[in-house]
Amino acid sequence: MTAPTSPLGVAGVLDTCRAEGRAALIGYLPVGYPTVEGSIAAMVAMVEAGVDIVEVGVPYSDPLMDGPVIQHAAATALAGGTRVADTFAATKAVRAAGVPPLVMSYWNLVLRSGVDAYAARLAAAGGAGLITPDLIPDEADDWIAASERHGLDRVFLVAPSSTDERLTRVTSACRGFVYAASTMGVTGARDTVGGGAEHLVRRTRAVTDLPVCVGLGVSTRAQAAQVAGFADGVIVGSALVRCLIQARELDEGLEALRLLTAELAAGVREGRR
Amino acid sequence: MTQPSTAPGEETPAATTGRFGPFGGRYVPEALIPALEELDEARQKAMVDPDFLAELDRLHRTYTGRPSIITEVPRFAAHAGGARVILKREDLNHTGSHKINNVLAQALLTVRMGKRRVIAETGAGQHGVATATAAALMGLECTIYMGKVDTERQALNVARMKMLGAQVVPVEHGSATLKDAINEALRDWVTNVETTHYLLGTVTGPHPFPEMVRDFHRIIGVEARAQVLDLTGRLPDAVIACVGGGSNAMGIFHRFVPDAGVRLIGIEAGGEGIPSGRHAARFATASPGVLHGAMSYLMQDEDGQTVESHSISAGLDYPSVGPEHAWLRDTGRAEYRYATDEQVMEAFALLCRTEGIIPALESAHALAGALEVGRELGPDALLLVNLSGRGDKDMHTAARYFGLLDEDES
Repeated sequence: MTAPTSPLGVAGVLDTCRAEGRAALIGYLPVGYPTVEGSIAAMVAMVEAGVDIVEVGVPYSDPLMDGPVIQHAAATALAGGTRVADTFAATKAVRAAGVPPLVMSYWNLVLRSGVDAYAARLAAAGGAGLITPDLIPDEADDWIAASERHGLDRVFLVAPSSTDERLTRVTSACRGFVYAASTMGVTGARDTVGGGAEHLVRRTRAVTDLPVCVGLGVSTRAQAAQVAGFADGVIVGSALVRCLIQARELDEGLEALRLLTAELAAGVREGRR
Repeated sequence: MTQPSTAPGEETPAATTGRFGPFGGRYVPEALIPALEELDEARQKAMVDPDFLAELDRLHRTYTGRPSIITEVPRFAAHAGGARVILKREDLNHTGSHKINNVLAQALLTVRMGKRRVIAETGAGQHGVATATAAALMGLECTIYMGKVDTERQALNVARMKMLGAQVVPVEHGSATLKDAINEALRDWVTNVETTHYLLGTVTGPHPFPEMVRDFHRIIGVEARAQVLDLTGRLPDAVIACVGGGSNAMGIFHRFVPDAGVRLIGIEAGGEGIPSGRHAARFATASPGVLHGAMSYLMQDEDGQTVESHSISAGLDYPSVGPEHAWLRDTGRAEYRYATDEQVMEAFALLCRTEGIIPALESAHALAGALEVGRELGPDALLLVNLSGRGDKDMHTAARYFGLLDEDES
């Protein structure tokens, strides 16, 4: 029942990681923080330091799935004049750097462009697909049709609260991978990534053959290794964004970002299953 | 227990799948879907459960103060083209506004779902006060999210909520008003959904909120329709209400929807006027979009980023509007106008001086609308206006506006 894979999509990368016996590292950064150019440089730096997939965040005025770190970066990006169109410059650059860019966008930003027009533009800019934190498959008919038409991945989320019925419904609409939220809550580093994540991955695997990647709360090499022990991919966001926020200037931020990315990349290789 | 009697046309409408034409839906993180399904099931069961209905009815009679009265206001009406104007007095409810209707019902549902904590957003503070009140009454833990700007302009309501035992969290990001308070409440909910009910205060948000909150406020129109018929022997020519999220308006409109001869008129916040860009007149300027879980009309820029709204009344200061209003508007069943801050303050002062009633600034939008509609329709017209709240909370704003304070006090 898995949909055919797309040449633009992330399936190839995840297959390669699986063949290497390791989890993939997926790094999130928002477009426009600290500037559009700076954010693109940061995404490329992450690629050079070892991420397998870049999650390209689109800053939104009302990011209700995000904690304080990403909220701050998004607000700064918007105040600096970042536009939705800048997303496509970022996806082009990430693709050129050699890894698939998967865009994470709140739904109204896609809706406003027109779902099909947005999908066409994303595909033309080398995008692998979309992660949609506030769009559930039940509301996604237009997006499912558009992503089929343009060969894009569709990553919907499952959560610890998801019933088995919801897991089936959500995973059957996904293409690329399934995003498992490790805990109930918003983005941001946590001291522990709960045992709930492993349980959720197990429940998700029971209803789909798609890769299952885990996000929310992962910030360290040790956590990456722990999650890599049971998931196909480890998604890191706030901890990477914080490298840029805490730096006094961009070069310092890029250096911190490279170091953390390399640590996390080592982590996903330590969690052999 | 006795079941409250239900006359034909007064029963709660059947539950739907949460779409009003293209509007509504559930644009929220997957993590919340099980809670929304649980809530939908609980409220559907409750609405046909004689025990639930009897308990809600008892609370409304012995605690809220229902039925609320209607008041004819001839001295005010003299300024409205001589039309007959009747006010539905939701301002006389316990806690001072219509908000308590929905809050008591959702608090009862919270208890039935076995949850011990409620959270809510508030703009003017009326919904927050009502929620803190119900939480105190039923022994629930309560956290209220309120934009920092609103905590300052409604400081008295913050004190009321705290007296009632609620924790009030000022929200500082974004525009620090109602929309940001809702973002923060949703973040809390997604984290604590197992133990917590989000007691949403208006007819927006993900399904089943728009429909459920409407049903809990529908009593306003059910009572008012019978009261107006009893007093005047006929139906009103127009029913007029202010529209922020739109709960008081849906509450008074809904029973009249089948009465084709009755115009339903919603009044939005015109703020400093449409050209200024500082307003909350969604229907005059906005286009369909998604915010806080629902598709509706939304003030947004070219990219789909939410545009900040403005109104002198915190309760109408919201960039979107309940999805059923969007549908009533697009189908032509209801019409929407706006009143500017200036028109609103004029209507506010007029009701104070002609009738001895101090309305909430939100409700004063409906009064400004009535002045305009009355002048259009003339002396034969009969207007029913929802006076959704009382104005005590707005005294500071009004005193400053009318220069009633010494400089050092203002």
